[in-house]
Amino acid sequence: MKAKKRYLFLLSAGACLVLLFYFGGGVPLPKASRGGGHERGGREGKREGHQPWPHFSDPLQGFVPSWDHTDTEEYNLHVSPRQKRDVTAGVFRGRGCRMDTCFDSSLCRKHGLRVYVYPLVKGEKISESYQNILSTIEGSRFYTSDPAQACLFVLSLDTLDRDQLSPQYVHNLKAKVTSLPLWNDGRNHLIFNLYSGTWPDYTEDLGFDIGQAMLAKASLNTEHFRPGFDVSIPLFSKDHPQKGGERGWLVRNGVPPARKYLLMFKGKRYLTGIGSDTRNALHHIHNGKDIVSLTTCRHGKDWEKHKDARCDHDNLEYERFDYQELLHNSTFCLVPRGRRLGSFRFLESLQAACIPVLLSNGWELPFSDVIQWNQAVMEGDERLLLQVPSTVRAVGSDRVLALRQRTQMLWEAYFSSVDKIVLTTLEIIKDRVFSHVSRNKYMWNSQPGGLLVLPEYSTHLAHFPFFFLSLGVSPGHEFTAVIQAVSPLVSQSQPIMKLLQVVSRSKYCSQIIILWNSEKPPPPRSKWPPMPVPLTVTDGHRKTTSRFLPHVSIETEAVLSLDEDTVLMTSEVNFAFLVWRSFPDRIVGYPPRSHFWDPLKKAWGYTSKWTNEYSIVLTGAAFYHRYYHYLFTHYLPPSLRTLVDTTSNCEDILMNFLVSSVTHLPPIKVAQRKQYKELPSPQGTKAGPWVNPEHFNQRQECVNAFASWFGYMPLVHSQFRLDPVLFKDQVSVLRKKYKDLERA
Amino acid sequence: MCASGKYSSRGPALIPRMKTKHRIYYITLFSVVLLGLIATGMFQFWPHSIESTADWTLDKRSVHDAPLVRLPVSSPIPERGDLSCRMHTCFDVYRCGYNPKNRIKVYIYPLQRLVDEVGVPISSTGLSREYNDLLSAISDSDFYTDDVTRACLFVPSIDVLNQNSLRIRETAQALAILPRWDRGMNHLLFNMLPGGPPDYNTALDVPRDRALLAGGGFSTWTYRQGYDVSIPVYSPLSADVELPERQPGPRRYFILSSQTAIHREYRGELERLKEENGEALLLLDKCSNLSQGAASVRKRCYKSQVYDYPQVLQESSFCVVLRGARLGQATLSDVLQAGCVPVVLADSYILPFSEVLDWKRASVVIPEEKLPEMYTILKSIPHRQVEEMQRQARWFWDAYFSSMKAIGMTTLQIINDRIYPYAAHTYEQWNNPPVVKWSSVNSPLFLPLIPPRSPGFTAVVLTYDRIESLFRVITEISKVPSLAKLLVVWNNQNKSPPEGEKFKCPECTAIDGLSLDQTHMVERSECINKFASVFGTMPLKVVEHRADPVLYKDDFPEKLKSFPNIGSL
Repeated sequence: MKAKKRYLFLLSAGACLVLLFYFGGGVPLPKASRGGGHERGGREGKREGHQPWPHFSDPLQGFVPSWDHTDTEEYNLHVSPRQKRDVTAGVFRGRGCRMDTCFDSSLCRKHGLRVYVYPLVKGEKISESYQNILSTIEGSRFYTSDPAQACLFVLSLDTLDRDQLSPQYVHNLKAKVTSLPLWNDGRNHLIFNLYSGTWPDYTEDLGFDIGQAMLAKASLNTEHFRPGFDVSIPLFSKDHPQKGGERGWLVRNGVPPARKYLLMFKGKRYLTGIGSDTRNALHHIHNGKDIVSLTTCRHGKDWEKHKDARCDHDNLEYERFDYQELLHNSTFCLVPRGRRLGSFRFLESLQAACIPVLLSNGWELPFSDVIQWNQAVMEGDERLLLQVPSTVRAVGSDRVLALRQRTQMLWEAYFSSVDKIVLTTLEIIKDRVFSHVSRNKYMWNSQPGGLLVLPEYSTHLAHFPFFFLSLGVSPGHEFTAVIQAVSPLVSQSQPIMKLLQVVSRSKYCSQIIILWNSEKPPPPRSKWPPMPVPLTVTDGHRKTTSRFLPHVSIETEAVLSLDEDTVLMTSEVNFAFLVWRSFPDRIVGYPPRSHFWDPLKKAWGYTSKWTNEYSIVLTGAAFYHRYYHYLFTHYLPPSLRTLVDTTSNCEDILMNFLVSSVTHLPPIKVAQRKQYKELPSPQGTKAGPWVNPEHFNQRQECVNAFASWFGYMPLVHSQFRLDPVLFKDQVSVLRKKYKDLERA
Repeated sequence: MCASGKYSSRGPALIPRMKTKHRIYYITLFSVVLLGLIATGMFQFWPHSIESTADWTLDKRSVHDAPLVRLPVSSPIPERGDLSCRMHTCFDVYRCGYNPKNRIKVYIYPLQRLVDEVGVPISSTGLSREYNDLLSAISDSDFYTDDVTRACLFVPSIDVLNQNSLRIRETAQALAILPRWDRGMNHLLFNMLPGGPPDYNTALDVPRDRALLAGGGFSTWTYRQGYDVSIPVYSPLSADVELPERQPGPRRYFILSSQTAIHREYRGELERLKEENGEALLLLDKCSNLSQGAASVRKRCYKSQVYDYPQVLQESSFCVVLRGARLGQATLSDVLQAGCVPVVLADSYILPFSEVLDWKRASVVIPEEKLPEMYTILKSIPHRQVEEMQRQARWFWDAYFSSMKAIGMTTLQIINDRIYPYAAHTYEQWNNPPVVKWSSVNSPLFLPLIPPRSPGFTAVVLTYDRIESLFRVITEISKVPSLAKLLVVWNNQNKSPPEGEKFKCPECTAIDGLSLDQTHMVERSECINKFASVFGTMPLKVVEHRADPVLYKDDFPEKLKSFPNIGSL
């Protein structure tokens, strides 16, 4: 009995203790239940020294204890910022070069970024690739033949291949460069290089002192890369096209996006030397099923001397698969470093929409200043090769789709031709020199890419036709009509008078600009009819291209471009404008035309026949975004604009080429009451030039000239027309908003 | 009570030999134990109210309780920072490992009171309020681990936010004796005010070997791109002052300068700009008649006029942020909070979080030598862009500057993005304010694609039991050359789908008039209202156009039309 009592007493005392323990706060309760992992909760508090950060509640001092600026004030007394700038400029040279210290931007102040190419030196051989680079610069809008106007200088000595063992290696470069009269220790010079260093260590040494010159170099190492000064460029082969270039190979977007193989690699294995560690390990992840990782030892002269136990087996396996087949049928492609950090397969996978998995530690990726690579490639770590399979398996379908699409966007915007690579390099430098008039990262990383977004036009995203959807905004509710007038004003019944009435009656019309291109001087203001909207008459100086000049007076996003003899109705104008607001990046208009490939002439043809498809909408009556005026005038080369001015023809075709090259899409034709027919114009006006058969031939030639400048045929065919809902449907006319369009 | 009653009734069965007079004793005992258990349970799982008392008990811990550690004079010093360090050379990725959540684990060293051999502390402030906030935020986050063996990143509890309050040598020694220091590998230091007189280095002067530095005020020469993280200089006003967000738009002043310690050369240039452009500029300085102290921090003066700081920043479109002795300025944070567009004049300065933030959309960076042209440069920026920048500036502050927690979490996320690049946040996630996130179209499936060149589509036919019309649809659609696949969704649970081609459905009746049925339309309207309220907005857009073939109903020989039959419905 007593024992029992004692037992009970002990028990109750124990219970009380337990309670006290919990209520008294003797145990700090784990915070795990709130913050994170389940696995943590149980262990915490049990082991010594594994307590969470205790959130001290003492009255602690601020990290800036006293709130005065004596620091800075004292500093200000002693250091003049101007002097300090000069000192910095003197100290940071060579490896420390930055735009502030090694580039004289005052040279760019007057003429902008103009590039001078040294004249070719007799007897100097230039590789095909370097020749392509030079001709791109010479054909670009940056080029100047006058060194006094230039702010960037490019050598005519081939610096692409600085591997001493290479046949392309230019000897004595040091002496040749320093003897150049404009060299000036390389200041404001840009040096292109694809290969540097040689067997066995492949250093980044170019074999001559580049002084203060900037490098546009492939396989740059992050440690040597001078941020904001050098430009990392991709390695490209000598067969890389100069212009245009092939499009990406993403032909279909299946869901789920998986391809036959998950991951592939097929390439050389180095038995010794730099880069061999990574390549020698690649066979570990090969499973012969969805992961195909093949290496061969069979390359170079004396491979058999170094060959190891794996070689024979690997070489056999290597032959079983075709590189191209793998490239097109893999979701991911391994891009390990070669001897140097960059490799051809990087661009190859990018084009093939095979998401590159990089194993190249320390590689400063091409155009890394502006391109967000983590949205297009998988950046792996050479040390973690064995994790690659599980990592790529864990990538979700949505991400695969997104990565894959970004590979295509980047390929087409920056890499598909030497032209694009070089121009991107120059634009990046221009953005640095004029940093307050430069593109933001969004412009560089979304369609249509930075080369087509000119910051001199605007640095505001919503001012461009491309970004409305992603910004979640819509274009404005008004348009500016620009009427091209070539006939003198003789009667009040001329077509232009009717047109003015029709257009000004549209509720969306904010102003009308008449572009006076007649031989006669423009009539006084009183001759023009009174208008409900402002009317401006501008002198076009009788240049055909003047119709696409970015006139400052155009304040609306939409431009309605018109010929003086266009016959339209107000409701047609209204309807087309509403359609344009849904497609602000495209040309929306009425009369269609088409291009076709003529296999007999082996040339492009042009037709105005009624067909089931079209690729051009005439700008004699069309809506488009005003940014295209800017692109037309500042992006296209002078040669094409001169062609248009001398022939007084083809400006509309060129505009269609331009817009389609930007959007990769056809223009849009909308319903029109009457077909716009090419008939002799009514009496009293000058006969339209299209009665002349010569005119038509010229247009054919234009199409070919334009296609050759673009390097490909940008025009795209379309088979649809946008009509008002209920158009020609058998319902009461009273229910139709655009009933006028159906009247014959 | 109910429960204890149940137990009491079982009492005799459980303890059969017990006498009845003891029973009452047992009942009490069990109730007490049970109550205790319930209380414990509540304590453990009650969401917040009780936990806050737990916090309270925790918070009673004081920095003075931290163990005292004496540093011998001869204690080793780490090597200076290595400028060539990059993630692949100075960072041990194996510690982070493959992990399905793609999240790094961060360990915080316990606090110690560090003193030198004669007992003088190595830092004049010790643990600062801000660093305590930062470490507390990390320990509350998903990044935190208390298990040192599983950590990928180590954060010392030695506060180096302000170099001025540190003894450099002793701090370095303290770092070197950290148990997992290992040449500073995978260690992260936070510093906001680097350097000291007279040169003011742009990175922390404490030798730190391979440790990563989250620094405020890096220049392009000290910043190891892809390794260090550039962070803002936290402004203590962020916590004290609440500035309501202002609608973007034109403000009373065009340019405002609010910093008090501007070099006279630059102040001269600003005054020249003011002479040229008058009222558009407001140049503020310290108030000479106010005594030094906390109050003077919140006042600025122009001549005899007194302005409240930072409220006055909201009155200007652009606010100047000039370099001082250091490149990083706390003013930047105040300016962003006010939704004023910062005009940064600090050559070679690496802007905070520049690895992920697109500063061109929220600020204007002008070279110091172009200060005289500032007005012209800013005037050339379109109004709509200024408004967007104002919005963007405020959003950057809200998301990345507003507290030590925000700064700390952003820093860890950036490092996390490097270690798991395939799970990294996108440009849009970092840079788009929530408003844009909802209104924009950015899903990968709706990207403005380069259109695929191999056309083809999958037809999905939804059906209930209108077999005849189903077959009509199938026959017609299968004639289309670009049809890749046809999928029929059988929606009638009471009937199994027909097999093969032979199927006939005599009992089926066409209900073509469905769309004319009034109740049907009402139901559908209700659906639309319901969906719109769930979406919070009406995502549908109205257009007035429809797509027809090019030659649709044109006066043209039908035989030559590609799609002559369209419209016959």
